[in-house]
Order: sequence, then structure tokens, then C-alpha cells
Amino acid sequence: MNILKFFTAGSVDDGKSTLIGRLLYDTDSILADQLEALQQSNRKNDDGTIDLAILTDGLRAEREQGITIDVAYKYFQTDKRKFIIADTPGHIQYTRNMVTGASTAKLAIILIDARNGVVEQTIRHSYLVSLLGIEHVVVCLNKMDMVDYSETMFNAITEKYRALAAELNLKDVNFIPVSALKGDNVVNESENMPWYHGRSLLHFLETVDVETGAESELSRMPVQWVVRPQTDELHDYRGYAGRILSGEFNVNDKVTVLPSGSSSVIERIEIFDQRPETVFAGQSVTLHLKDNIDISRGDVLVNSDHLPQNSKLIEADVCWMDARPLDESITYLLQHNSKITKCKIREIVYKVDINTLEKLNAQDFKLNDIGRVVLKTADELGFDLYTENKANGAAILIDSRTNLTVAALMFRAIAD
Amino acid sequence: MSKYNLDYLDELEAEAIHILREVAGQFEKPALLFSGGKDSITLVRLAEKAFRPGKFPFPLVHIDTGHNFQETIDYRDKMVERLGEKLIVGSVQESIDLGKVVEQTGKSASRNALQTVTLLDTIALHGFDACIGGARRDEEKARAKERIFSVRDEFGQWDPKRQRPELWNIYNGKIHKGENVRVFPISNWTELDVWNYIRREKIDLPSIYFAHDRDVITRNGQLMAASPFLNMDDEDVVERKRVRFRTVGDMSCTAAVESNADQIDIIIEEISASKISERGARMDDKVSEAAMEDRKKGGYF
Repeated sequence: MNILKFFTAGSVDDGKSTLIGRLLYDTDSILADQLEALQQSNRKNDDGTIDLAILTDGLRAEREQGITIDVAYKYFQTDKRKFIIADTPGHIQYTRNMVTGASTAKLAIILIDARNGVVEQTIRHSYLVSLLGIEHVVVCLNKMDMVDYSETMFNAITEKYRALAAELNLKDVNFIPVSALKGDNVVNESENMPWYHGRSLLHFLETVDVETGAESELSRMPVQWVVRPQTDELHDYRGYAGRILSGEFNVNDKVTVLPSGSSSVIERIEIFDQRPETVFAGQSVTLHLKDNIDISRGDVLVNSDHLPQNSKLIEADVCWMDARPLDESITYLLQHNSKITKCKIREIVYKVDINTLEKLNAQDFKLNDIGRVVLKTADELGFDLYTENKANGAAILIDSRTNLTVAALMFRAIAD
Repeated sequence: MSKYNLDYLDELEAEAIHILREVAGQFEKPALLFSGGKDSITLVRLAEKAFRPGKFPFPLVHIDTGHNFQETIDYRDKMVERLGEKLIVGSVQESIDLGKVVEQTGKSASRNALQTVTLLDTIALHGFDACIGGARRDEEKARAKERIFSVRDEFGQWDPKRQRPELWNIYNGKIHKGENVRVFPISNWTELDVWNYIRREKIDLPSIYFAHDRDVITRNGQLMAASPFLNMDDEDVVERKRVRFRTVGDMSCTAAVESNADQIDIIIEEISASKISERGARMDDKVSEAAMEDRKKGGYF
């Protein structure tokens, strides 16, 4: 059994929290005391049934305002798979929270209110899905019960969305007509839409292929920690511990260390008391090399025949996440996996109006702004382009005055 | 099936090990908070997997309420001896004796709330900049929103509205002096995942997790262990029942469930079928809907 992480984009008005509540409720993932707490709550639907949205609204401010502010993680499982849902807020002022929830997801559920069709918010959410390179998209046309479960309506909206998806270069786009409130096609297949022959949402989630990145030719492992017991019997023990980002490593593989560029051969691989011959993306391992070369935390081990980019000047897409605007005059810290280096923003190339997808000239860059910049780092970074290898193509910016994470970065090219 | 298939327990384990190694790499003085419960016992196993054959880059810290189950203390001491790692104990009794906190009175008196003060004092005394804990997001609604690296101010407070975005698997552990980070490596595990992992790894647990006969009294529909730490009066009827504990905290606030499950297989079966969630057996969450949120804001784990 494996795990699928997905996130939901949509607003409270689209019935996002209700959809998640429905998934949990209809898969019997709500426990008795949580259900009891739900029933005692004052929030009810118009027909007196339980308001399932309460299940995902965690913080007091959210309950008071009836909205989702922060990412809430929910867990459920079926016989086929385990699921982690990042329930993210849909409002434009919480774009950064959506980017946060989406960054670890393999699949996005985009909710569209069937009465309204593709609206500004749909464009914004779909743009973020494209920006973050989410592998699979499920467009749920919700509130089908309010449009008489109309096939014509469904077809009209899907046609319009396909055009948007093509423009945004979205991968693997799927459509499911649902009613989260009534439960149609969420877990159980609906009897109200005989014209729909596809899978229910849950069935889709259970069967979609989840890639791990292990098939990639780009084998990468950032060194997090050097294990050196320095005891009498383990005097020469020197293991490089880290989690493999992508690809695989085998005993006897030739590897290169970045940024130094020195290389060696893998002598032994350890996972605690096991000695596997091969390890792959997702695993936390300890590698031993034949040669004694200088390697420390933040360096990246890669397979020598597929070297990453190695540069200080990088073009990147940025999502700004802090109330203080981007400041080209100050030095930020850039964290790329376990490596931290100083960084300056050289140039703002453009800013995107995420409601219309227009590229704008920009003098400033504020909270929730998204666009393209050129940045310069103090040390060379061994990175991949985000489109080629997400796991080694992203970084965060930290403001050293506040220590806050102020931006998400996706590397797009080496800059001149 | 792809040869690269990672089973869910392997994936959760690899994620937790990655987080533990990030703590080791990013902080000067981390600590692992050990409660004696199954979640922190799981953390200890994960730390072995992350750092052996090296030593742990942090000590274990136990906040001792003085109202522990003896079985937990015995387990702790045996475990520390086996590991050969350092244990630091922060004592709630000492905080009471020093007048830093006042013992609660009344029937539902518990030392659960007092341990926050002892915890914060212990963090300050040793200058810990990161504290690793076994909290999980499936336990409770406020926890569902907490980051894996959760920054606390000088007063140990969590500010849910000022959480740092946590992107990809990149953890920002930068803090100012006086602040510290609470780190939750098993955030993405469920109760059942922990039990399945304990079974797979054949991890030994304190005996109170398994069915045993015990004197209990019933309060607010919950079974509390009869002990000198529980304020009892004439209305309380002591009965002997076959019970086990699903979570291990202070004796005065941890409720038992009736059970015959004396082996891990039966416990896992029982939990899979159960309709009461784990924190449902914690009296301290019952106070109000926002109880956990308030305690976390105040510095609680």
C-alpha cells in the first residue's frame, strides 16, 4: 500500500471543505467522539444535517469566520491506498498557503461551482497548479444537484476548462461531476447522472498512478549529516546520511560531489542494519564512498553521468510569502534542501496577474505576488530545472532579519 | 509493480528520519522529548535509524509530573540503559516545591497543565533550541494545522496566524536567540501507522498498553486508574476491570479503555474497528472545542 498526497483548490463557497468532509464521512474515517463533537456544534446545513465542513476548520478564528485560513492536513485510508489531504484556502489573500499545501502534493483537485463555471478563481488556482508542476489534475464540477445534474452544463464547462488547461500546459486533466453536499460521485457512484460513465472521485484517487521520481535518470542525494562515531572499533567509519531526492544509487556507481566536483565510487549502502545493493528516491540512507574526500552537510551527491546545473546566476519563478515586500538591496538566505547560501535578487523580470495570466512590468513584489526573477547566490548550487526534476529544482528564501520564510522559488533556467 | 515501490511505513519512516537529520544539522542544542508513550518510543527507534552507529546528537528529556505510571518510569530507565544515551529529567514536583506553579485542587485536579511550566524552565535551563516531540496531526484539529518545524517565542507560545510557510521538504530552522522550535517528525503518521510500525519493528512497549486488571473509577463516562494522585471521595466507586491504555500521560488525566487485548495484533484489530479516537480518552481536551489550541498557544506540546 502506498500514500497519495493531494490538495484541494477552491473556496468555501465552492463546497471545498464539504467535499473533504464527505470523503472522510463516506469512507468511515470520522471517529465516534469527533462525530459527537460535530453534532453538538451549532453549525448545521439548512436541512438540519451535519455541516461536514466543520471537520476541516481547525482554528478558532476559522470557525468564527467560517473560512479556512491555513493549510489543514487530514488523513484517511481505504483498502487500496493511504491518503494525505492538504486542505488549502482558496481566497487570493491566502495564495501563499495554497502554494504551501500544493508543494508536496502529487495531485490537485480543482473545484468548480457548476452554477458559475470557470471563473477568475479557477484560472488562478489552475495557474498555481501549473506553476508548481502538479502531476495530476482532477476538476470536480460541484453542486451538480443545483443544476439538475445537467450533462449539457457539464460538457460546456469542461470544454471551456480544456482550453485553459492547454494554455497552462497542465498534465493529465480529468473531470468528475459531483455533489459534495448530497454525496454524488464523491465516494459512491451517483444514480443521478447516468450519462457519466467515469470513476467516482475516491475510485479515481485510489487508482491513479503515483510516481516516486525513482525512474528519473537524475540521481540526487543532498548530504544532511555525516555519521562519524569516532570510537575505537569504528575509527574509520564515515557515512553520508541523506534522503534520496530522485533516481537511484547502486553499489559501485560513480558519483560526483557538488559543488566541489570531486568524484568517487559507492562502496557500501546502509539503511540502519540493512546493506542494500540499490536504493532509490524517497529512501533515507547512508552512503559510504571508496575515497576519503571532503564532503559536508549541504553538498549534493549525484550520478556522474547526469550532472545537474552548477551555477550562481539563476532565473526562477517566485511566489512572495511575506508582508515585507521583496527588497533588491538586501541579502537573503536561500535554502536549497540542506544547503544554505546567501542570495540577492538581481532583477525582477516580470510579475504575473494571476487572475488574467498577463505578464506585467513590475517595480515592486509584494505578499502573494508571483513572477520571474534573476537571482545570484554566493555559492554555486547543484540544482536541476524544476520542470525536469521538481525535487532538486526548488528552494526557499529566508529573510535573515526576521528568519521568516519569505518566498518559494522554482528554478527555470541558468541566467546569463 | 515498479521495483521502486515504497510501502507506506517505509515512506513515513524515511520522512521522519529526514526530519531528525535536519534537526541534527540545523540546530546547536536539540533535545528529544520523551514521555514514555508509544509515540516518543517510536521517535527513539527512528533516531536509532537516523544516527547509528553514531551517538544521538541530542539528549532525551523527560518532564516528570511525579504522577506517572510506575511501569513507564521502569521502561524509561531500562531503555536509556540499553541505548547508552543521556537522559535529562525535568521535575514538576520541583516546580511546585519552588513555588513556580500551584497544585490544582478539586476532584479533577491534574498536573497536566503544570508540566508546561516545567518544560519551559527545562528548555531555558539547558538552552535547547529545538525540541523533538511525537505529536501527530491526526490527533486533533489544531494539530492538523501545525507545521513540522513549529517556531515558539521566548514564552513557548505558538502563534497559529504567524506560522512560516513550509514548502516541499525544506525545513527552515532559523530562529532568534531565546526562541525555540518544536519539531514533529511523525506529524503525518496516524495512530494506526504507529501501531503497525511498532509491530513491524518489534518494539517493546510499557506493559500498561496491554490488557491488565486494574482498580478503576468511572468519571464523566471514562475509566480512571485509582491512585493516590487522583482526588477521590465517597461518591467514587472503585471497581476492578480488565483495561488497557491507548495513550500514556499523567495518571490523573489519562483514561483507560476496557479491553482484553493483551497482544499487539489484537490491539491493532481493536483500533481498526474502534469508534473512539485516541484523544477522546484525554480529559484535558474535553474542556472546550478550542482546548488544544489554547494550550498550544500557551507553550504546551
